[in-house]
Amino acid sequence: MPRTEKTSPETWLRVTPQGLYCAAGDFYIDPHRPVERAVITHGHADHARAGHDAVLTTPGTAVIMRSRFGAGAAKTYDEAAYGETRSFGDATVRLAPAGHILGSAQVVIEHAGTRVVISGDYKRRRDLTCDGFEPVPCDLFVTEATFALPVFRHPPDGAEIRKLLQSLARNPDRVHLVGVYALGKAQRVIALLREAGYDRPIHLHGALTALCDLYAAQGIALGPLRPVGRESKKGFAGEIVLCPPSSLRDRWSRGFPNPVTAMASGWMRVRQRARLRGVELPLILSDHADWDELTATLHDVQAPRVWVTHGREDALVHYARSHGIEAEALSLVGREEEGA
Amino acid sequence: MKAFAALLDGLVYTPSRNGKLRLLADYFRTTPDPDRGWALAALTDGLDQRHAKPALVRGLVEARVDPVLFRLSYDYVGDLAETVSLIWPDDGTAADTPLRLGDAVAALQTAGRSEVPALLEGWLDSLDADGRFALLKLIMGGLRVGVSARLAKTALTRLGGAPLVDSVSLAEIEEIWFGLEPPYVSLFAWLEGRAGPPPVDRRIAFRPLMLANPLEDGALETLDPDEFRAEWKWDGIRVQLVAGGGERRVYSRTGDDISAAFPDIVAAMDFDAVVDGELLVLRDGAVAPFNHLQQRLNRKRVTRQMLADHPAHVRLYDMLFDGDEDLRALPFDDRRVRLDDWMRRESPGRMDLSPLVPFRAWDDLSALRADARANGIEGLMLKRGDSPYTAGRPKGPWFKWKRDPMLADCVVMYAQRGHGRRSSFYSDFTFGCWRPDDDGKPELVPVGKAYFGFTDAELAELDKWVRGHSTERYGPVRAVEPGLVLEIAFDSVHRSARHKSKLAMRFPRVHRIRWDKPHHEADRLETLEKLVAE
Repeated sequence: MPRTEKTSPETWLRVTPQGLYCAAGDFYIDPHRPVERAVITHGHADHARAGHDAVLTTPGTAVIMRSRFGAGAAKTYDEAAYGETRSFGDATVRLAPAGHILGSAQVVIEHAGTRVVISGDYKRRRDLTCDGFEPVPCDLFVTEATFALPVFRHPPDGAEIRKLLQSLARNPDRVHLVGVYALGKAQRVIALLREAGYDRPIHLHGALTALCDLYAAQGIALGPLRPVGRESKKGFAGEIVLCPPSSLRDRWSRGFPNPVTAMASGWMRVRQRARLRGVELPLILSDHADWDELTATLHDVQAPRVWVTHGREDALVHYARSHGIEAEALSLVGREEEGA
Repeated sequence: MKAFAALLDGLVYTPSRNGKLRLLADYFRTTPDPDRGWALAALTDGLDQRHAKPALVRGLVEARVDPVLFRLSYDYVGDLAETVSLIWPDDGTAADTPLRLGDAVAALQTAGRSEVPALLEGWLDSLDADGRFALLKLIMGGLRVGVSARLAKTALTRLGGAPLVDSVSLAEIEEIWFGLEPPYVSLFAWLEGRAGPPPVDRRIAFRPLMLANPLEDGALETLDPDEFRAEWKWDGIRVQLVAGGGERRVYSRTGDDISAAFPDIVAAMDFDAVVDGELLVLRDGAVAPFNHLQQRLNRKRVTRQMLADHPAHVRLYDMLFDGDEDLRALPFDDRRVRLDDWMRRESPGRMDLSPLVPFRAWDDLSALRADARANGIEGLMLKRGDSPYTAGRPKGPWFKWKRDPMLADCVVMYAQRGHGRRSSFYSDFTFGCWRPDDDGKPELVPVGKAYFGFTDAELAELDKWVRGHSTERYGPVRAVEPGLVLEIAFDSVHRSARHKSKLAMRFPRVHRIRWDKPHHEADRLETLEKLVAE
């Protein structure tokens, strides 16, 4: 293919009040207000919202959106497997695995000889519940930055799961309440426990059952799961109960006598954060890339330019610039656009 | 270091006091000397590592890690030891020979100043993240693991030595603490029943203080005024004066020896007794505001000028020993008679008696307390006439009845990230009041700073507000636009050069968050100026 003159991406990709907008193809990526055409990276509520007309996403994310928002979440779904290409206006779009949760994708947009990759949320380590991240070389990489500080280095998953199993062995008289996000983290923790040989039933807060069923229906083996009913919460000594993080400290969890309170999150790396949440057993398990993964990915995608979104932008921008990569925090890009 | 690291981790994550006590007692029981003694010193702030200062640690890490990334991380984490432990380059291999806590302390104590950096660097390379955290906490102090020195000492009483040995009480430990040195080998021998109490020079012993509980609302109705005596609650710091056998000590409330900062008081202690009172700055018989006393605190040396400008004085209200005679078991009324007699007999300089405040009914005292705006008075103390002098804070015999705080509505101007468990939250608020600027337009001037008085849930909301209304950032501090009003409670307000307003509040705290109040309706500076205690 002859090399064409590359365009500057900010002429056709910009931040608007609805979210990131691709003018070349007239669509939005993860808009937070209803739009005509949306490309959705994954099913978490801050990325997938209800009310769009046309949605392009992976089959996995479409299943999650339908389950969360009902049939009317979008008027039409275009379900694209990883690698399939779509054309909108002067842009072509394909989705690449992001390794974040089931169905999660990066958005690869090509226009006028320029390739932009929007990472969405991602991680680089192995996850039994979703496809692994695929680095796509590009001209501009739009990256997340949730854990973009060098203090965030997630230890190996196996070691964290062993911490939970060791605590269970040491405290057979205490129920272990593990705070997990309902979508992605819950299923990953279960899969990791199964991989470590834990075959007892795992008990679930009501907010987790639908999504665990959904994962199981997608062929992800989670083993025996039991909903925690409304009746007495006294019979769970020595068992693992998963619940949303907010339930660790509400009326629901108070029913369990003498629980060990655990939480599976990348934030648990910082002691005082864990302490503020009243967590006794912090498990550093994240579905986001840690510092080493974020910086390695910048090199893997070989992009000369990087835009950094939501999180600790300053540090990643600084890192990129000191490694010869042009970098900006995306919010600033947006503000400049408005001023121009 | 591994056991100490595990202890610190456990303490951070264990919220309950009993859980912490169990962890501490287990550690002290299973860890050999001298490691456990150095750990005890670190937990009780008794470890003096002159060479290993935070600046040195920062220097080491900034040589290994991009300084910008380090500063951003430190700003986020809020704790130097934790930041360095997490950010230190780590290839995942730990050293073959684990570092012993006692060896580390010994090496630091014998090392010359120039050798310390290399020592520390080698250890940081050999330890894992938890080990690095423990080492840095050990050498820099400020553990912030939710354990007070008192809790650590309480854990010592639960070591459970030989079954036939009577356990040692907290009061017994506190009584000899002043005479002990880390790594406390003789103390542990005594606790485990292997030896008698460590020999200390009793003549200069600190005797643990008897403390008062705050008077709860409605509590007066349950108390009989005839059984109680009242004194003014002076706005100074509590001290215990110990003199005898040629030795003299001024101890703070916690048993710290502060004699060096108060040579004027020490010179006046020409007696053989242990007395309890309030340290004040007194000029022409009048108590100076608390911030005058603050000029004298925390000094290793005092200048002659300082002694002349800020003369110290002790207002006495109790007597523990008269010569060798222990008065602590006597009722308050009897001790008070002994104190009066002793004052007449000895009449030491720079000291006087805190008078008893006569009253018949609680209403008399309520009226007095409400009018108590005089300098140096914080409220009233109520003490049962029959109360023996009991170390600690026994419930029932003594109450402090502080006067109601003053209140002002102030506007948040700056917010700073907190420390410890509140690191990464904007939790320290500088607030101001309105005054006309040179053109007569209203401007805000800072009058104080407060960092407590709100719940964790409110903290999360305040943090969110700060992040959404920032105008500028200076490291961990953000300037915010005027918009949030805090109702601030404070004990008094004084002239001060520290703030642009030339005013400073004593003991300011957030009384209420006034989400509802328009910021332009907050208080004006002139309102505060009328409250100044001259």
